[in-house]
Amino acid sequence: MWRDTVLVAGKDLRIELRSRVVLNQVVPVAVIMLVLFAFALGPDDAPLVQAAPGLFWVAVLFASVLAVQRSVVVESSDGARDGLRLSGLDPAGVFLGKVAAVAVQLVALEVVLSAGVVVLYGAHVRSLGALVVSCLAGTAGLAAAGTLYGALAAGMRARETLLPFLFLPVAAPVLLAGTRAWQVAMGTAAASPGDPWLRLLVVFAVVYLALGVVVFGPLQEAS
Amino acid sequence: MTAPAASVGPWSRRATWTVRVLGLGAALSVAATVWLGLWVTPPDQVQRNLVRLVYVHPPIAWVALYLAFGVAAVSSVLWLWPRTRSPFWDRLAVSAVEVGIVFTALTLITGSIWGRPTWGVWWAWDARLTSTALLLVLLLGYMAIRRVPADGDARARRCAVVVLVSAVDVPIVHFSVDWWRTLHQGATVFNANLSPTIHGSMAWTLLLGFVAFTLLFAWMLAVRYRIEVLWEHVEETELDVALHERWAEGSLPIATVPDGRAATVPDGRAAAVPDGRAAAVPDERGAVTAVPDEPAAVVAVPAEPVA
Repeated sequence: MWRDTVLVAGKDLRIELRSRVVLNQVVPVAVIMLVLFAFALGPDDAPLVQAAPGLFWVAVLFASVLAVQRSVVVESSDGARDGLRLSGLDPAGVFLGKVAAVAVQLVALEVVLSAGVVVLYGAHVRSLGALVVSCLAGTAGLAAAGTLYGALAAGMRARETLLPFLFLPVAAPVLLAGTRAWQVAMGTAAASPGDPWLRLLVVFAVVYLALGVVVFGPLQEAS
Repeated sequence: MTAPAASVGPWSRRATWTVRVLGLGAALSVAATVWLGLWVTPPDQVQRNLVRLVYVHPPIAWVALYLAFGVAAVSSVLWLWPRTRSPFWDRLAVSAVEVGIVFTALTLITGSIWGRPTWGVWWAWDARLTSTALLLVLLLGYMAIRRVPADGDARARRCAVVVLVSAVDVPIVHFSVDWWRTLHQGATVFNANLSPTIHGSMAWTLLLGFVAFTLLFAWMLAVRYRIEVLWEHVEETELDVALHERWAEGSLPIATVPDGRAATVPDGRAAAVPDGRAAAVPDERGAVTAVPDEPAAVVAVPAEPVA
């Protein structure tokens, strides 16, 4: 399973390296979102600094829809999905591989976005470690839930509109917990004992990874 | 091409009676709840007449959040489990989801009606409210996936997974919003006021409300299940019927009568040409010539002179 994971993740990342769709299209869109948020809330710094964690995660959420869509599109042409099924790879490995590829792309995007939040909004980072850890946990959850829904919507008509409709409400806890964790890390909210938000992000990621490993095989048969 | 598949027979006698009794029981008990709730029970000391919503709102919420969603979740799991897989579970799941949407929406609406005079707002970011609203969105997503054309097995599989994912997500949302509120600012709306001690006629009315709405749910579920069976039948036979009708149009002569209507339609609806589409012009001898005004219109062959 792990070998298959590495294979599939490597394949998706290689496609991304060669096509650069996420880098050249999705990342700029996310940065534009930051600018648009500033137009909506600015030009004063105070509301932007206050809202920075939430805006960051909203941008990540919408960008993850685009990244997942890209990850589905990669499989949709030239009978790639059938090829993947014929290859004899473990469905769980395929799922984890696609999750890993999406997560790596999202992490790269988050680096750009957090730099944007600091530069454009003037937000201060109090604890870089907490910021990074919550980012990684939230990204794993988003990638897992997104890939699961991507597999669900793959091969369907109206996929582009259906995916955000299904995925965004499910991802709501990540937005909630990620924002709170970032508020603590940026010093705009007081820390609570035991980091409940980080734990929530981890639970979300683990639940959706487990769910995906179980149902990805049956879902592949459906598309 | 064979004739349309065997038609779906009516419900068996026993099933018909069961559903009728269910429906009658639901109607009577809902009526009794309304009567008891509006006229017999006294108004509450604190909430006055608003308390009467308590006989309706919790039972509806119970049906929406536990019964409907529970039935949908259990039948989805049973469908996904290879040993118990049968179309029955898929139909039951979609029926439960659709009835559940109605009850979830009613839960939110009755809650808002109660919340406006009590809290002063239609909506509060409370854990229960938020997770109920999210459940509604997820159920609507289920119906959206349901409507995408796909073959039965693939559709059932996707739908079952959607229910499963929603079942996992709703508790997570509930807890996260709960923490969100309690860690962010204290719960201001759900205070001690909300749980008034209920006794006597009020308790009995509330209990009856639960029974009434459970019966109503069971009846709606049975009827919706029947609709799903018929719907599948329509989907299977639709093409056959349409083909037969089209063939009938092409092979049978169609005479037009002077008022412009097409006559001699084989079964009364196959080739009905709307008024004015086929303009009939009677000539001196009384024969009728039809002038079709668009390619789809059938060229009329006068079978007999019309008097």
